Amino acid sequence: MITKRIIPCLDVRDGRVVKGMNFEGIRDVSSPIELADYYSKNGADELVFYDITASFEGRKLFSDILTEVASKIFIPLTVGGGINTVDDFDRVLKCGADKVSVNSGAIKNPNLISEAAKRYGNQCVVISADVKRVDGVFRVFAKGGRENTGMEALSWIKHCVELGAGEVVLNSIDTDGVKKGFDIEMLSKVLSIVNVPVIASGGAGGIKDYIDLFKKLPTVDAGLAASIFHYGEVTIKDLKQELYKNGINVRLS
Amino acid sequence: MIAIVDYGVGNLFSLKSSFKMIGEKAIVTSDKSVIEKADKIILPGVGAFGDAAEKLRQSGLDKVIISEAEKGKDIMGICLGMQLLFEKSYEYGEHNGLGLIKGEIVPMEGRLDKDLKIPHIGWNGLHFKKDSHLLKYINENDCVYFVHSYFGIHCEDSLVATAEYGEEVTAIVQKDNIMGCQFHPEKSGNIGLLILKAFCEGK
Repeated sequence: MITKRIIPCLDVRDGRVVKGMNFEGIRDVSSPIELADYYSKNGADELVFYDITASFEGRKLFSDILTEVASKIFIPLTVGGGINTVDDFDRVLKCGADKVSVNSGAIKNPNLISEAAKRYGNQCVVISADVKRVDGVFRVFAKGGRENTGMEALSWIKHCVELGAGEVVLNSIDTDGVKKGFDIEMLSKVLSIVNVPVIASGGAGGIKDYIDLFKKLPTVDAGLAASIFHYGEVTIKDLKQELYKNGINVRLS
Repeated sequence: MIAIVDYGVGNLFSLKSSFKMIGEKAIVTSDKSVIEKADKIILPGVGAFGDAAEKLRQSGLDKVIISEAEKGKDIMGICLGMQLLFEKSYEYGEHNGLGLIKGEIVPMEGRLDKDLKIPHIGWNGLHFKKDSHLLKYINENDCVYFVHSYFGIHCEDSLVATAEYGEEVTAIVQKDNIMGCQFHPEKSGNIGLLILKAFCEGK
């Protein structure tokens, strides 16, 4: 049976993981390579890297790091941040990424999804949507959640899947950072309109939130989080053990 | 030396790196003489079956692979590479494969439970169907990483392992020196590396 995926997300700026972390066995807590290796050895099913660099030099550094990660870590790697053209896809795929996540780039130019899907296959294109309730309506936000695009989120996500996105990362701005659980209501709406894998993001505060997520939404495929793993509040090993005990199918080896 | 056949499809970086990780020399190549000299051959692939089969034919690498297979050299197809070893595929039309494994490739859509998501993406457990040296370092239910929308059927003769996704989906095939994995061993963590190690060591 297919397993539920647990995915840590690493934000990288100028070649360093942003957010401070402290784990036993890691000498350099902001080294993307050491951290990726740590997560991979501890049961992460996939890794997401967001490049939040703005400079050309930073971007070059990110590519070098990605290449090194991909040469040592043999689990799927998704890369996002600053993906605006098919050439950007090409750049990160050549460094060893398996999937590429688009957000603002697809809002500016939705054809980016269809062009990339045609060239690299649907499985390679991930639509990442930052969604927030505004007057009771789900709206898509751009620029890292700062700008309301005015677009209705469910129709936007459905459109992206029709254009060829093979996976959806749904980040609820409403639950993000609150640490009181994933946005079950928003996720359940998205799950009912698309038939591609959906990854929940935003709101994980502890193991219980993951149990809730997979129990309440049996069709959700994965849970993504950053801070609870980075700050060591939850280890992926413990999380998976607890999920397993609760009858949720996870990869333990 | 392992020859990873480069016929212009897909990203071979991780595959090459994974052999390096297990201490095997692997060369990404489209050079016929290198493939002929290699101890073993890897046929990779992502994308559409028809395009890939056509590229293999145009480059003449199909004949090289078939003749090496006939000489008894170990060959492993990965993902679309495994599918190319089959006789035929029904992905967007009907296309001939290399015919080294008996069976055909069909879409999941319309065959599996309609509630199941397609592609089949993620980590799924292996169920062993018959003995193979590829399994010597791994155990029943060990998980590997799949990404595919088409799968092999009518390959009972060579079926080594399956994964459960609505029904039993072909995961590993082997007919003598011809082997194939539907999943990506180079993306399946330690389990994947152990399968590649077993392949390199041979029977």
